Formats: sequence, structure tokens, C-alpha cells
Amino acid sequence: MMMTTALTVLPTQDLQPFKGVKKVRIEEYFTSGHRTCQGCESALVMKLMAKAAGPRTIILGSTGCMYVANTTYYSTSWVVPWMHTQLGASGSAAVGTAAGLKVLMRKQRIKEEPINVIAFCGDGGGADMGLSSISAALTYPEYNFLILMYDNESYANTDIQLSSMTPYGANTTFSPPGKARRILHKRWKKNVACMLAAGHPECRYVATVDASYPLEMMNRVRKALSIGGPTFIHSLDPCPKGWDYDPMQSHELGELAVETGVWPLFEVENGILKFYGKSKAIAQGRKRKPVREYLLRQGRFAHFTEEDLDYFQKKIDGMWERWLLPGIAPFRLADDIKKALAKSEAELEATS
Amino acid sequence: MSVATTEAPVPATAADKEMLISGCAAIAQALRLADLDVVTAYPIRPYDTVMQAVAKLIANGELDAEYIVASSEHDQFEIVKHASAVGARVFCGSSGVGWMYAMEAIAVTPALRLPMLALVGNRALDDPGAFGCEHNDALCVRDLGWMLTWVDHAQEALDTALIAYRVAEDPRIFLPCAIGADGAFLTHSEALVKVPSKEKVDRFLPKYNRRDKQLHPDNPITVAPQVNEDWVMEIRKQNDEAMRRARGVIQEAYADFHRIFGRQGGNPFVEEYMTDDADVILFGQGTLSMPVKVGVRKLREQGHKVGFVRLKWFRPFPTPEIQDVLRRAKAVGVIDRDYSFGSPNYGAVLYNEVRSALYDLEERPRVISFICGLGGREVTLDSVTEMSEILLKTAQTGRVEQPTYWIGVRG
Ligand SMILES: Cc1ncc(C[n+]2csc(CCOP(=O)(O)OP(=O)(O)O)c2C)c(N)n1
Ligand code: SF4
Ligand SMILES: [Mg+2]
Repeated sequence: MMMTTALTVLPTQDLQPFKGVKKVRIEEYFTSGHRTCQGCESALVMKLMAKAAGPRTIILGSTGCMYVANTTYYSTSWVVPWMHTQLGASGSAAVGTAAGLKVLMRKQRIKEEPINVIAFCGDGGGADMGLSSISAALTYPEYNFLILMYDNESYANTDIQLSSMTPYGANTTFSPPGKARRILHKRWKKNVACMLAAGHPECRYVATVDASYPLEMMNRVRKALSIGGPTFIHSLDPCPKGWDYDPMQSHELGELAVETGVWPLFEVENGILKFYGKSKAIAQGRKRKPVREYLLRQGRFAHFTEEDLDYFQKKIDGMWERWLLPGIAPFRLADDIKKALAKSEAELEATS
Repeated sequence: MSVATTEAPVPATAADKEMLISGCAAIAQALRLADLDVVTAYPIRPYDTVMQAVAKLIANGELDAEYIVASSEHDQFEIVKHASAVGARVFCGSSGVGWMYAMEAIAVTPALRLPMLALVGNRALDDPGAFGCEHNDALCVRDLGWMLTWVDHAQEALDTALIAYRVAEDPRIFLPCAIGADGAFLTHSEALVKVPSKEKVDRFLPKYNRRDKQLHPDNPITVAPQVNEDWVMEIRKQNDEAMRRARGVIQEAYADFHRIFGRQGGNPFVEEYMTDDADVILFGQGTLSMPVKVGVRKLREQGHKVGFVRLKWFRPFPTPEIQDVLRRAKAVGVIDRDYSFGSPNYGAVLYNEVRSALYDLEERPRVISFICGLGGREVTLDSVTEMSEILLKTAQTGRVEQPTYWIGVRG
């Protein structure tokens, strides 16, 4: 019996970035048959995700709009194999599927080949209920899969209830503005991508995406599937029903989320943090658009007063101006740590 | 379709190995022999000794499986559920509140037609804190499409695990199966166990093949779509039909098992003990058979016509067998290591099942519920005598004076 201690990781598909819109494959793997609302950005995320991954892919989806609206019996919109998983189980679904494929290939019961495994979940399923399962999943370095959290900022499928990802103050069916209390929902949105990147040192790729920038979004999916091991992508998806706006504006709202600094685009690849797209310029000092341009286009903030808008703006300003990792990690350094870090950096420079 | 092996006798060369091992270790041996593919572990007493044994087998290279230590029971059951969907043979398990924590995953598995095998090391649902044996954990799935079997000793645990895979993975069935094993009494008690050769097991247990239901890029299906009122009833009905078919497939599997291994030759569903001329019969499942059999023997020595029946399969519930053996008695006492608060006669689960199974008989025995041995409390010889006396009196008068008794309880 051989003693084995090395990690055995199967090869992944080599999915090079699409170099320009014209190079994107024509085939669709998420097609007609779904019944999402007009202007649903999450449906666009599904389409781009499947297109980026290609035909040798298995997709698992947790309960939510992207399950209920997409898989009506006899009219599934999935061209690739697809399976439902429970609301809080996207992490486990990815692990189980990847583990099953791996052992069956090792025992030669199925052909050995890299098969993409993608498990998606909504913000309710991922950031609330399934966070522990996703966190656990990201600690299994021997399995290849991507977990994609599509964040429409509410429990949309059950009629728009607030989740821990719903922005401060938003009107949802669980947080209606009333005569005595204008604002019921006072929690600030979690930063799940940062939390997962920081907390899972073996996870090689975490990114935030926005489908208003489709090529960049698809290429991040391709990178996440190629890099090996468990990976995570968080997309922000304007939702006309939940955010209460004309479906025509989905694309624009996706852009505004980035331009106002509300939604930073970044990736952590093999331990290196990078901003990309317009967030890169913002991090380097380009002026952000005022958040009111984003908020006031959405009915869910129609009850906001000037005071609320100010509060929101100040929070976003703080995020970019005061955080150690602007827009990402809400830390500041104590003075003694700052000194120690400066000293070690100076030493490092002196030696190199 | 029959997965049966050929009718040729098994060569004598394939000798069994005898090992002194616990019930949990015996199941781990069955998993090794079954060439398990994916297993997930999470700690809770008392089932978790099976995972300790599995971990050792894997560490020693005796078993080649993906071994995943999960972060909760919900994760544990979801992971194997999905591994089973791509075609892997899977094993999982839990006890008490751990089983309940996974309940969402457990509840959806039958409709997905995934032949997961799970061990429930029966344990009280604490609060209040209690490690001991109670059957309410496993019984929670009695209506959901899980096959459920209870074993009595380590040998039966090993044999039943192999039989359970064969039945669950039979394409006519494709249902999950849970093995109930009394916490401590079975999970941890050591006994001499005949561990068969791999060669024999291969003759008995074909490879798991999900066929057109396998999730794979070559077979791009959509599993568990939205069906709502349009289709859900037809799908439930299919589950019902699979459970009905399980009866025959279980019989087939036992017959084959007996032919190949020379064990498990009796009735697959019930074990009878001194029932031939019995006026009264005690009825129960799991390891309480040991004190009850001793008690029955003692009472026989005193001339009382007492017998015992042990139920082996709870789902599918063997109604014909139960009617057949119990119809001969005047009174039947169902010993439950569980409770069902507020149920008919404030009796317990098994009692109500047995009583319902007997209802259609023209002539049927009186039935009494004995709630006994909860939280791992011992079922003593005195308790067996007490229950038998109540039954003998009921048989004599033909009247049920009190339908339910709590036996061996203070105050
Ligand atoms: C365990 C469990 N609790 C509650 C539900 C009800 N439920 C179905 S869909 C859904 C919304 C999920 O929200 P999210 O994950 O954000 O996805 P979205 O609907 O917004 O696309 C909920 C709460 C469920 N299916 N399972
Ligand atoms: S409610 Fe929102 S997420 Fe759901 S289908 Fe409609 S637009 Fe899409
Ligand atoms: Mg949502």
C-alpha cells in the first residue's frame, strides 16, 4: 500500500478569456422556456454564466427565482444538465457533484475529462441560509467547482423580502415604510466576496461581477472554472420587480451601481487583489457619481428623505475613503500596526 | 428485471472471516465490501463510530472512497445526495437531533429517487440531554418514502447494509434506505461477525447504475424541475409504486443473499420466537429482542404461552406477514422505544401501525401499547414479565382495560 499525502486535483478545462464580443461563442446553454420578469438581470447572469462555461458543464441551482422561473416542467431552459438543490445547499451541491464525478473517474466508471461544476444561489440562499455550506465548500481544495451567488438584494421569489444583502432602508414586503417608522430595515449589506476571500486562504479565486459588463463577467466565470479548486463569484443583479423600476433600466442601473461606488468590481486571484473595470479608476481617485442618481431611480428608496440619502452617501464615502481596502474590507489599522508594517516594508525594500 | 446472480452454488473457497467487532464496525466492513464511492461524516453519538471505522479503512487504504468531513448534518446529507445523482454509491448517517438537522435534505431524497444508504444510530431527541436509544429520530421519515429497517445484532447490521444497497439501487426501486441501529446496544456492542469475501459480495451486489437518470453532460437532463399541482401527484404516486415494489425486491434479495452467503434464510420481514402456540405475543424492533426472548423463555418454563415477534422492516411495512403471525394470538403487546404524543390511545408509533395493519382481519387479537426503554433505559426481565402478565390477563378476559402502559417509569 502506497502512502499518499499529496492532494490529487483533477485538471480543469482551459477556458481562455473571450477576446472581444465577436469572439464569444454563438451557442446558448440557457435558452427559451423560462418565465423570469422582463428585464431580469439574474436571468442574464444565468445565460452569460452558461455561455461562458460551455457544454461540458453540470449546473446546480438552489431554490429562488432562478429555479422556480427557469425550470417549469417540460419547458426547462437548461441545455446542460441541471439539478435543483435546497435553498441553503449550493456549497454542498457543488462538493457532492464534484466528489461524485471525481471518484467515478478514478474508478473508471465514467470517462475521465474535466467537467465544469457550477452551483448557483441567490443572496438569500447564499449570504443568509447557505453561508456555512459555501464556506465549508471553499475549504475542500481537492474539488473543482464554482459557486456563483446572484444577488438581486432580496428574497425575490417569495415576494421580495429583505435579506442580509438588501441595502439599508429599502422598501421590501418585510420592511414597508410606515407612518411611525419610515425605515424598518437598518442593517448594512454584508460584503460576502471579501468575507469569503479573506476567510478561505486555499480558495484561489473570488470575484464580484456585474452583467452590465457582460464580457468581463463571462471572462471571470471562465477564470473561476479554469483556475482549479473551489471558487466563488458574487454578481449584483438589478431586479425590476424587487427594486421597483421600469425594466428598460436594468442595464443602466447595473452601471450606476458601479459608477456610484455602491458595487465595487474586484477579484482576488491566487491571493492578489485587483480592482477592474470602472472600479479600478474609482479606487485610483476618479470621482464617483452621487448615490442619489442610483437610489432615486428605484421605487424601493422612494420614501428616502434628504437625511436618508445623506446617510447612504456618507457610508459609501467612508467605504472608499476610510477603509484599509477601499470598497472591500472595513478595517483601519491601529497606529502601532501601521508603524510596524511601514518598518517591515522599508526593511524589505532595503534587502531587495 | 432481476439483478439476481446465477443459480450455481458458491465455491467453498470464498471463506468468511470472523471478526470481533461492534455493530458500527460491521457496517463499515459492509461499506468496504460494497466498494463505496462517497461518504460524509459529522460527529454525533452514537452513530459516529461508523465514521470512525470508515476513516480508519480509508486511512489504511482498505477502502477507496471520497471521504468528506462536513460542516453540519444538512451539508452531510446534501453532499451525498448530489454525489448519488451523478452515479456514486453513497453512505451517510446520523443520530437524534443530528438526523433532524438534516431533515430537509432527508425529506427530498426519495422524490429524487436517489438510493442513499444511511445509518441512524437511534438516540433520544435531546433536550433534555440524553444520549440513549429512542426510535423517534429514524421514525420521523416513516411517511416520506425512505425504506426503514431495524437490526438486532452486528451480523445482521453487516448483512442488512449489503441487502439495503441491493434493494435501494435496484432500478425498480431507486429509493433511499435507513438502517435503524439502537444506540449503544447495537452501535457499540461487539460480537463475532462473519465478514464475507469481496468475491461473494460482488456476486450479490451489482454496480450502481443510474442509467438515464444520471446527471452528466452526455445526458443533459433537468432534475427536480418545478411541477406544482400539474405533476406533483403523479410523482408522489410513482414513489408509492416504488415502495410497493420494494416488498418483492426485498424478498428476492434475501433469497439471493441466503444462497450466496448461507445466512438470512428466514422471513425477511419478521423474526418469530416461540410463537407457534402462543396465546399472547410481544412485538417490537431492534435490540430489545434480547431481554424479551430471555423473559419469554422464563415464562414458558412457568407454562405461559408467550411468544415474541421482531419486526425487521418498518418501511415497507409488512402487513401480510404481521396479519399472518399475529392473527393466531389472543393478545398482542407492542413494545415501542418511542412515543407519539396525542396519537390514538396515547399509544406509540409501532403500536398504531400494528393495530391498523390488523384492522381488516375478521378476527383479530386485542392490542396493547407498551412504551418502554426510552432514552436508553434498559428493558428489564421484570418489565417483560409485567407486560406479559397484562397480556395474559387481556387474553383471558378478552377485554382491553387500558390501551397504553408506560413500563418501567417512576412516579
Ligand atoms: C428551507 C427553505 N426555506 C424557505 C424557502 C422558501 N423560499 C423559496 S425561494 C426563496 C427565496 C430565496 O431568495 P434568494 O436566495 O435571494 O433567491 P431569489 O428568489 O431572490 O432569486 C425562499 C425563502 C425554501 N424554499 N426553503
Ligand atoms: S423578481 Fe427579480 S429576480 Fe425574480 S424573476 Fe423577477 S426580476 Fe428576476
Ligand atoms: Mg435574492
